[in-house]
Amino acid sequence: MSESIDYKLVGTSPVRPDGVDKVTGRAQYGADLNLPNQIHGKVLRSPYAHARIKRIDTSRAMAMPGVYAVITGEDFPPPPEHGDVGGEAGGSIGDLARVIMARDKALYHGHAVAAVAARSLRIADEALAAIEVEYEVLEPVLDLDAAMAPGAPLLDENCFTKNLPEKTDKPSNIAEVMVLSRGDVDQGFEQADVIVEGEYRIPMAHQGYIEPHACIANTNEAGQSTVWCCTQAHFDFRAITAKVLNMNVADLKFIASEIGGGFGGKTVVYLEPLAVLLSLKARRPVKMKMTREEVFRATGPTSGTHCKIKVGAKKDGTLTAATAWMAYEAGAYAGSPMGAGAMTVFVPYDLENFKVEGYEVLLNKPKVGAYRAPGAPQSMHAMESAMDDLARELNMDPLDLRLKNAAEEGTRAPYGPKFPVIGLKECLRAAKAHPNYTRALPEGAGRGVAVGFWFNFGLQSSAEVHINENGTVTVVEGNPDIGGSRASMCIMAAETLGVPYESVRTLIGDTESTGFSNSTGGSRTTFATGMAVVRACEDIIAQCRARAAVTWGIDEDQVLWVDGQAIPASGVNDELKPLSLADIAENAAKTGGPLLSRASLTAKGAGPSFSVNIADLQVDRETGKIDVLAFTAIQDAGRAIHKAYVEGQLQGGAAQGLGWALNEEYIYNADGIMENAGFLDYRMPVASDLPMIDTHIVEVPNPRHPYGVRGVGETPIVAPLAATANAVRDAIGIRIHDLPLSPPRVLAALDAAGD
Amino acid sequence: MAHVVFPGHLLAVTDGEAELDVPACNVRELLAALEQRFPDAGDELRKSTIAIDGLICQDAFLETLRPDSEVFFMPRIAGG
Repeated sequence: MSESIDYKLVGTSPVRPDGVDKVTGRAQYGADLNLPNQIHGKVLRSPYAHARIKRIDTSRAMAMPGVYAVITGEDFPPPPEHGDVGGEAGGSIGDLARVIMARDKALYHGHAVAAVAARSLRIADEALAAIEVEYEVLEPVLDLDAAMAPGAPLLDENCFTKNLPEKTDKPSNIAEVMVLSRGDVDQGFEQADVIVEGEYRIPMAHQGYIEPHACIANTNEAGQSTVWCCTQAHFDFRAITAKVLNMNVADLKFIASEIGGGFGGKTVVYLEPLAVLLSLKARRPVKMKMTREEVFRATGPTSGTHCKIKVGAKKDGTLTAATAWMAYEAGAYAGSPMGAGAMTVFVPYDLENFKVEGYEVLLNKPKVGAYRAPGAPQSMHAMESAMDDLARELNMDPLDLRLKNAAEEGTRAPYGPKFPVIGLKECLRAAKAHPNYTRALPEGAGRGVAVGFWFNFGLQSSAEVHINENGTVTVVEGNPDIGGSRASMCIMAAETLGVPYESVRTLIGDTESTGFSNSTGGSRTTFATGMAVVRACEDIIAQCRARAAVTWGIDEDQVLWVDGQAIPASGVNDELKPLSLADIAENAAKTGGPLLSRASLTAKGAGPSFSVNIADLQVDRETGKIDVLAFTAIQDAGRAIHKAYVEGQLQGGAAQGLGWALNEEYIYNADGIMENAGFLDYRMPVASDLPMIDTHIVEVPNPRHPYGVRGVGETPIVAPLAATANAVRDAIGIRIHDLPLSPPRVLAALDAAGD
Repeated sequence: MAHVVFPGHLLAVTDGEAELDVPACNVRELLAALEQRFPDAGDELRKSTIAIDGLICQDAFLETLRPDSEVFFMPRIAGG
């Protein structure tokens, strides 16, 4: 199917089916639902970044009128000893249980130590204040260098560095090391005519989704609980909640609300087990929602990082060797995107000689979570900045330097296997040919380019297709719609069946009403769930051909399905009138009953996606403020199913990446308390900060998907960091290695240079 | 014989062996053979992402291996 480009609907931009409810306020988000007799849950959080919990006395709180339940770590089963959450920033389920509710130690400011359920939020707040916690305050560990230094205070006396050549019995804050290498780097650097080096630091940054975490749990007397929550992964949330509370999965029903952004951050469970447990004790529905401050302090941002890069090249630009050293903050518990950072740092290039050393480090900060292309923006910022420096040293066009070394089909990726068909060179050529790359810059402005990448992946998906009695189509699947996936499913179903887009509706089923699907994350939904939808539609077509055959009294193989109709094969019986999907559905009772199909699969063969970004910006030399003049996002989508949504992903990723590059950072004081836990001080870009993001979709179809989909959600956030840094270098002639490029940092660099 | 390559972070559980050839017709047989050879490696191998001749699979088990297949074990990939 991917060979054909004669699609009627794939690649168009029809109106989203969920749009009216969202713009009129009817759509139900996480905190919108209220149930009769509901009470309110709130969390008591540690005021210290590192402390031993010696005693918790909840008796005063529990005795307060209007308080229905109080829980601490003692109310939970022991944290599971086995099992992983999965993903780049996953870690163990046992540690996640300790994130949800601290047990013997509080490991970051904001760590949950108790929770209450009360008749009103005011009473809940008063109950929290009545809980007495005795802490033994410990010295916090707050930066990578300090955490890795010998003799650093330990977060976990039982943390022994994983993957060392020889097992160690000495505890450390370094949870894991990883080494990737190929060839001989010493020899490679000897062959180089030019060598560039750089050291780059990026602080923690948050996904910044607009909707805070929220849920409501209603548990009955039999211990069965229904949970409404905003999540990217209601099936995964059900599984984690069951494991943390030692419950039967079958006793938990999770219903995903509409979701106001996730970007990876809503793949992690925080509130739901608390709400279930409180509801179980209170015998009432318990509603919980985080404040923005709680979202910043107590949910998982992405890692702060420290990367060192060295790259060598011949005079003609051929890369000869590269090394990378990188340390990633994991936060309070093991599990970080360091591995993905290590695998992606050199991924755009055909490199014979390289070595990557990665370190995952525990600190007294929130346990990191997934954030769009986890780990890649930080490591590729370092390498793409070095490539820019290299192009300057070689006096080469930065896109030409990248084209000369670009990976293509058959190139061995740094993480081992050879690339299947990929579109990096196509993206680089598109950038080179784009008018924005050659447009004259205003005086004093700068232009930077960079490459981005994400693997994309598959996992499990299910889909069901029901044909209604008038031939309209209902698709039911299990992935919360974050970025327009309902519309994409409708397009793929309509294209496959040959029916109008408007005749298809896609519903997101709860955990009891549809088959299992993994998270809406990893750029997998349009790829993997889309594949399940297409398969289910193909089964409907097979059923329709069989129904037409019995209707006409001919063999099934004499029936074709063309443009949404069953027609007799050429020469069979030209007098037979074609049967539309509506015709077949109308007579379904006579030909075998309702038309219904389903498909479930573990999707393989996700297509890697590359991007190239071009940033134009101007630096105010008096204030250090940066104005983005133009930004161009070019990306290989494989094939865009809903064109405007793909463009939206590219624009959204660019906006988030620009925010990360320019202003966003967790600022901690010496006690480990985040000082900017609100949107006034954690400065994300708003519409007035950004120009229109120009997009250009490259389409190198993924042969493993029926319509060529690669997945587009994550790659867009990777390149903006380095593209912005390189544009600043171009504008002011100074390489600022660290992010964010906030006015104080830019001004300090200008001052240091005597500007 | 599938040619198997382990990344650096798995060498601690594969007795330092980075590459080896394993007679196996599918991933199930491959994992069984590797677990027999490296008893400490089972958990790490089973939760790894596996690339078979360039095709990345998150939960590989039934995939067929050709006699000259190239198999890479990688840290599990997910995303946000």
